Amino acid sequence: MSEPTPPNGGTIEAASAAPHPTDEAAVQSAVDAALAAIADAADLDELKAARLAHTGEKSPLSLANRQIGSLDKAEKATAGKLMGAARSRVNKALADRTTVLEEEHAARILVEEAVDVTAAPHRRRAGARHPLSTLSERVGDIFVGMGWEIAEGPEVESEWFNFDALNFAPDHPAREMQDTFFIDPPESHLVLRTHTSPVQMRSLLERDLPVYVLCPGKTFRTDELDATHTPVFHQFEGLAVDKGLTMADLRGTLEHFARQMFGAEAAIRLRPNFFPFTEPSAEMDIFHPGAKGGPAWIEWGGCGMVHPNVLRAAGVDPEVYSGFAFGMGIERTLMFRNDVPDMHDMIEGDIRFSEHFGMEI
Amino acid sequence: MRIPLSWLREYAQVPADATAEDVMADLVKVGLEEEDVHRPTDSISGPIVVGQVLSLVKEPQSNGKTINWCQVRVVPEGQPQTLTHEGIDPSGVQGIVCGAHNFTEGDKVVVTLPGAVLPGDFAISARTTYGHLSAGMIASVRELGIGEDHDGILVLSTLGLDPEVGSDALELLGLYDQAAEINVTPDRSHCFSIRGVAREYAHATGTSFTDPAAGIAVPAASGPGYPVRIADDAGAYAAPGCDRFVARTVTGVDASRPTPPWMASRLRLAGMRSISLVVDISNYVMLELGQPLHFYDADALRGGIVVRRAVAGEQLQTLDDKVRTLHEQDVIIADDRGPIGVAGVMGGAETEVSSTTTRVLIEAAHFSPIAIARSRRRHKLPSEASKRFERGVDWEVADEAAQRAVELLVELAGGTAEDTATDEGTRPAPAVIDLPEGFASRLIGVDYTPEQVQGTLADLGAIVEEVPGGLRVTAPSWRPDLRIREDLVEEVARLVGYDKIPSTLPVAPPGRGLTRVQQQRRRVLQGLADAGLVEVLSYPFASAAQNDAFGTPTAGEAVAAVKLANPLSAEFGFLRTSILPGLLETARRNLSRGFRDLAVYEAGLVYLPGDTLGSAEIPPLGARPADEVLDGLDAGLPVQPQHIGAVLFGHDSAPAAGSTPRAYDWASALDVARLIGDILGVELVVGQGSHQAFHPGRTAALALRSGEHVGYAGELHPKLLAELDLPARTVAMEIDADALFEAAADLVVARPLSTYPLSTQDVALVVDRDVVAGDVLETLRLGAGELLEDVALFDVYQGPGIEDGKKSLAFGLRFRAADRTLTADEASASRTAAVAAAAEKFGAVQR
Repeated sequence: MSEPTPPNGGTIEAASAAPHPTDEAAVQSAVDAALAAIADAADLDELKAARLAHTGEKSPLSLANRQIGSLDKAEKATAGKLMGAARSRVNKALADRTTVLEEEHAARILVEEAVDVTAAPHRRRAGARHPLSTLSERVGDIFVGMGWEIAEGPEVESEWFNFDALNFAPDHPAREMQDTFFIDPPESHLVLRTHTSPVQMRSLLERDLPVYVLCPGKTFRTDELDATHTPVFHQFEGLAVDKGLTMADLRGTLEHFARQMFGAEAAIRLRPNFFPFTEPSAEMDIFHPGAKGGPAWIEWGGCGMVHPNVLRAAGVDPEVYSGFAFGMGIERTLMFRNDVPDMHDMIEGDIRFSEHFGMEI
Repeated sequence: MRIPLSWLREYAQVPADATAEDVMADLVKVGLEEEDVHRPTDSISGPIVVGQVLSLVKEPQSNGKTINWCQVRVVPEGQPQTLTHEGIDPSGVQGIVCGAHNFTEGDKVVVTLPGAVLPGDFAISARTTYGHLSAGMIASVRELGIGEDHDGILVLSTLGLDPEVGSDALELLGLYDQAAEINVTPDRSHCFSIRGVAREYAHATGTSFTDPAAGIAVPAASGPGYPVRIADDAGAYAAPGCDRFVARTVTGVDASRPTPPWMASRLRLAGMRSISLVVDISNYVMLELGQPLHFYDADALRGGIVVRRAVAGEQLQTLDDKVRTLHEQDVIIADDRGPIGVAGVMGGAETEVSSTTTRVLIEAAHFSPIAIARSRRRHKLPSEASKRFERGVDWEVADEAAQRAVELLVELAGGTAEDTATDEGTRPAPAVIDLPEGFASRLIGVDYTPEQVQGTLADLGAIVEEVPGGLRVTAPSWRPDLRIREDLVEEVARLVGYDKIPSTLPVAPPGRGLTRVQQQRRRVLQGLADAGLVEVLSYPFASAAQNDAFGTPTAGEAVAAVKLANPLSAEFGFLRTSILPGLLETARRNLSRGFRDLAVYEAGLVYLPGDTLGSAEIPPLGARPADEVLDGLDAGLPVQPQHIGAVLFGHDSAPAAGSTPRAYDWASALDVARLIGDILGVELVVGQGSHQAFHPGRTAALALRSGEHVGYAGELHPKLLAELDLPARTVAMEIDADALFEAAADLVVARPLSTYPLSTQDVALVVDRDVVAGDVLETLRLGAGELLEDVALFDVYQGPGIEDGKKSLAFGLRFRAADRTLTADEASASRTAAVAAAAEKFGAVQR
């Protein structure tokens, strides 16, 4: 490091001409020189040079100070006072100037460090959930909030659970309407479940009454993929079996659910229909206030009062208990709730589809 | 089911101006869902009138064709032409060029005048052709949309018609009628007839209903008709295959007569083709009353008719001219020669009625729904008859239906009814159902009045008696779906109106919330998304080749997989044993759509068949099977664990100023697996792995601390990637999520945190190159003892300074005691012990 250059064109030698410690004017002059140098220091380096020149060991003030020891007693007191005050003034000026220059320096660095924030790179790519998953979880949460529980079961299922237990007679046309995938060989009596209703039956068999369960999951029918059909889709079905349940309870449950999903204006309409596992049975329409093209009634799913044969298959006495059940498609719900025009988007795995939904639905 | 409104109006009070849409709007209230509207006038409009050909001049053309230049009168002589469209001649006579030759002067024909529009948006105008201004067209049945015949124009006399010139041909041909198409659910078999729908319409609108069956007077028979014997050995089967067989004979039938337009029009609107008068009559009666009929050419029969089960191996040539081998459970109609029909499904060719038939034997029978369904399935012969029999037909209407057919054959085909009749069999007993007082209100939650309940059931045609404690209801014969009290409740609820049902919210008992596994799955799936991966869903179908390539680590080994009996595609005829094939297909699709960087994951079941697949027997309906039976059903299910798979290629971010994207590599795939473990608090033990789908040197086998293998992660095999057209260095992982969920602690117990200072020691060990770092690290961990808090590999080096065939592994060891500040000596002693263990096990030498 090079020797710092004192300010004001002076030299260290020149500054070294020490005043006599009792020479008030000379000391004042040295102090003035020091203060001027300090005030003139434009940055911390210059200030350091000024400090060395005016307070360093060879500076006039230091040299003058050093002479005090050799003075007689009377002069010593005067010189001590004079020099003390002088050095104190210089040190204070140094400290003040240091603070100012340090602050200026810090501020200058911050200015120099400024960046164009709009040029920031995406260092982390955001992931996403599939909207069918998040929608399914949302539906589950609504029912869990009502005290219901979520039940799941196998996708390859025994025909008994998929059909017979649900009161589908072996030769009844309703059985064929399910467009079932059968497992080879047919004598194995296994199917890809055509609905999540087998899980309802398993819940009834496994749990103590009363039972309030929601069964979401993957289901299968032999439909070719097109804009509104897919051979693999998802359903959620609900089942409540308790003493004294009525179709009004079914309607109330559906209405509460519909309002959670579609807003306070949503409503439920029931139309007579047929399902082997419910009697009476109904088709359920939802009044969707936010439907594309204006509020509309939209066919949503099926429901009804649990058929006594279904209760019997689970060992539940239909003389004591009654129940209701309902089921909707998650794909269909996503289609009309979130305006998905084409089933292909849901199943092709194009990452843009999931990414657009993010983590919540 | 399509309901022509003109037909419905005969039995129900349908307003004259009601459209098909109006009728559907009423029917939907009682549960008959609207499907479609069939209205000829949506595609055909006039002026289309009856014309008479005054003159016809044959003009040969240079192209070899001969055309007819016709003068056709379209207004009665002496009356003015009131139509004014351009091209309509005020004289009432149109000049028309016609290419057909099946007519002559004097014939009455259908003239489509300028301004008319025919099906297919075919607008008629006057135009010059073959040197004449042809002002209209003489139409064929195909051009009018009422038939297929295009060999010639429609000559009205062939339909038995001689209408006035100038009259509206659309009216004449029934084209102003329209049909409402409704979806009939399997329980409402009676709605496969005009009779049934008219009754439902009356229920829906509160208007009156005229039962067509009640309007048919069946005369007393003078004696037994054609000999029929029901010989079904009911003992061998659950139910008799036939419990009623009515037969009537009509002689002197002229089967060549045309079907009248009103009948043809109704059949057409109902979705059935007009075939011949006799066949049309049988279809017409079926549509009207719901009773399928079969007509035999009585002269072709040999001896009496027997209804019986087929003998295995018996054959029958059916109406479609196919020879079918019968099954011993088929209910068949036979005569002395053998089978002449599969009951309720399809008749035989040898006894079929034809245009020369003069003696018709009418069969109106009642067959077992199950027997018909099975025969229909076995022979793949769905028909209008089988559709009705399978769902249930009114067993009481057979004689009225036969009588209706007799009357139509007499009236339209000139036949003479024989006054004998056959009526064999024992009709089923109607269902008698006890409906406890208040039951309907209890199940529905509506306070129905006794009048509402009784009135509704009586309206259905049920016999309702008051008995102590409630009602005794005898179901009508046309409602075989009414069997239990809940069926009656549905009738009450639907006819009073589902819109009367109020809303009440039942309160479930306090629940447990999501189960631990449900929570775990959500956290893992969310955690992967948070880490930048995108969740996708793919179909769980796989090819045998895919299962063999991904379902086992060993190449050349066939993998046991669940096979579909009826797959959508023969190639993908199995269920997946690995989640990766579908995920790789998804990855490829994204690549083809321009995504060079990809990180996707999927959670789903894989299907692993066990030793037994399924169960031969299935328990019956409506009863709880014994526990052993249920266990047996479950034992036959494939194991279906939930797997999570991930596929990554390209870079973790887009290239950008001031940022260097990191390329995904084998370690990225391993990281995904480790993240799953970290989320669940399950330690994954990583070892060198080997799997045919993966790079032989860049694959991690993943295991639990227990040693249980749970998956693979690493770079996919370059050969496989080339086959799949995926980028080089694509990496993947698949893990058995269920195994991890199970391995996760039910309860995490807190570990005390030592606040004493940390003592770190680094150590570099030289080992043989084939020694894996994970094993050395594990040995250091064990060797260091309990003072070791953590150990991590921070560098691997091979090159100058290290002997060939060796490598240097640098580990950082962190020591800390729970109860004191460690001395340098203590930490060093632990390190020395760790190094000694590595030296002993791997010959590791400290650098």
